[in-house]
Amino acid sequence: MRIALIGQPNCGKSTLFNQVAGYKAETGNFHGTTVTFTESKIRVAGEVVELVDLPGTYTLSGTNPAEAVAQEYLASRAVDIIINVMDASHLAQGLELTLELLPLNKPLILALNMMDEASRLGMKINGPALQEKLGVAVLPLIASKGRGIQNLFVTAKNAAHKGDALHPSDSLQPRDAIHRHSLADELARAIVVQGERHLTWRDRIDDLLLHPVWGYFALLAIMAVFFEIVYGLGSALERPVLTLFDQFSVYLTQHIGISTFWAELLNGLLQGISGGVAIVLPYLIPFLVGLGLMEDIGYLPRIAFLMDGLMHRLGLHGKAIVPFILGYGCNVPAVMSTRILEERQDRFIAAALAVLVPCAARLSVVFGLVAFYIGPLWALGIYLFNILIIALSGRILAYLLPEDTPGLILEMPTYRVPTLRAVVNKAWFRIREFTVEAWPLLIFGSIALSILNYFHVSGIFNMVVRPITWALDLPSEVGVPLIFGVLRKELSLVMLRQAVGVTDFSAALTQIQMVTFSVFVVFYIPCLATLSALRRELGWKTMLAIAGFTVVVALIAALLVRGFGFLV
Amino acid sequence: MSLLDIKIGKSVKIVGFEGGKGLKTKMTRYGLYPGDIARLLRVAPFHGPVLIEVSGREIALGRGVAANVQVESI
Repeated sequence: MRIALIGQPNCGKSTLFNQVAGYKAETGNFHGTTVTFTESKIRVAGEVVELVDLPGTYTLSGTNPAEAVAQEYLASRAVDIIINVMDASHLAQGLELTLELLPLNKPLILALNMMDEASRLGMKINGPALQEKLGVAVLPLIASKGRGIQNLFVTAKNAAHKGDALHPSDSLQPRDAIHRHSLADELARAIVVQGERHLTWRDRIDDLLLHPVWGYFALLAIMAVFFEIVYGLGSALERPVLTLFDQFSVYLTQHIGISTFWAELLNGLLQGISGGVAIVLPYLIPFLVGLGLMEDIGYLPRIAFLMDGLMHRLGLHGKAIVPFILGYGCNVPAVMSTRILEERQDRFIAAALAVLVPCAARLSVVFGLVAFYIGPLWALGIYLFNILIIALSGRILAYLLPEDTPGLILEMPTYRVPTLRAVVNKAWFRIREFTVEAWPLLIFGSIALSILNYFHVSGIFNMVVRPITWALDLPSEVGVPLIFGVLRKELSLVMLRQAVGVTDFSAALTQIQMVTFSVFVVFYIPCLATLSALRRELGWKTMLAIAGFTVVVALIAALLVRGFGFLV
Repeated sequence: MSLLDIKIGKSVKIVGFEGGKGLKTKMTRYGLYPGDIARLLRVAPFHGPVLIEVSGREIALGRGVAANVQVESI
């Protein structure tokens, strides 16, 4: 049996899915978090059923690729029952999709999610009356707190077994979209009694956070605190753990000797492990927890609202903000989220800019190198410089590929109190991705470099990229880390330690070299996983074009830093 | 009169969308139709977007979009 979850963006489908299937689908309090479907087997009252979470779709006739996924899935797969999830506090909007689902003649039930939010807004919803009018089961749900889930799935399973096709009455078959809109509105009016609304901090907080003046101060303060916490926790951990590994490494060389093949290999292994524990994880964990918190609270779209005017002025596409923000976590979902844009050209520009955003992996390079050795303000400077470069690149791309952009249309979600469980699960989901997929690659890369060093062939690699390292006034040994950095961005830093042959970078690189190196790493070719996401979304040619574009941008940006270094 | 011509806090009725079929399709995709009542909540500085409320939902519209949303007083 297969159960499909469908609903409009940000109605909590993925939250519901994760509650029953374990954390498998990314969630966040903004629109368009899910852009592809996720399937999982779950157990409902002793029976194993297939559950699928479809991307949020406003309408079945939508045109962007994420919406097409939902339509194609419903059309091509054998779905035994559809659970139409909707935000109970926005019933009129949600029912529009329901009216489109009714004529599909598949078993259907309605889950009115966020009932707590609706009652907070003073809405009394007459579920039985809606059930009567539509002829399908209507069930209340608070997915984030796990309430009503059991009942929902048991009802769904039983309804699927009965397999009754729907026979919606003619009065529920609208002539066209406008008629459907007004019909949904009438339905919602008939079943909702609007009582007194309790104003809380959630209704007041935007007076500050979206204030024309204070809003920007708040944004700066929030970012500064976030940055400070990531740096504070990260560097507090990096120092002692690194010292521990270095002592261990010294101990080993004393007992095994340095120049044997096995000692080199062991050293590479150790570098790979310590790079993960000491340099990457200390920054990654607080960053991902913090990002998850901001996502679930619903602050990110507010940043888009505040920044849209400025970004427009700098040539950045207004709607590219979602991929842009997601990019700070990881470029892969950022590239995938360009699916919420309708035009291919918009997707191209958004993807090309999103891969320039320093992801969590590059964050570890910036923090582990620049913030740690030079100071946190320099790291902040790199982030601001990055935004400037992205804005300029956006301006150039927009000039080369002129288009008439309709501009920003973005739904502002209600603030929500994040649940500890969701934030922890989400951070764990992303950290697990690092430990399972990236870390082995880091260790493998370090060992590979040891072997290259032992046989004295790393010089060949260094020669290949010497034109770049020469132009940037970097030692030729950083060539190998730069090449391997394409596999995973953290590798650049982990391998750099080995390549320059010291554990303390300040002994091998000048401060300006550290900044130049970091800036180049931040911009040049995105990692392998991102490249493959680009290929999937936009094709081989575009992937190569974007990769080439990033190298040019990286060179220019790093040269600017080098030039600046000459001046001071 | 467009959404840019009204004062913050004022409610108006959306009467149509200018600027070709593209915008109309996009707006209806987001569930905004002629006949809907919109209230202007905020305007972002630096020539930024406007924030409107339509039947309980808050939606931000960029300047270019808002200028093409035709409204009338109610």
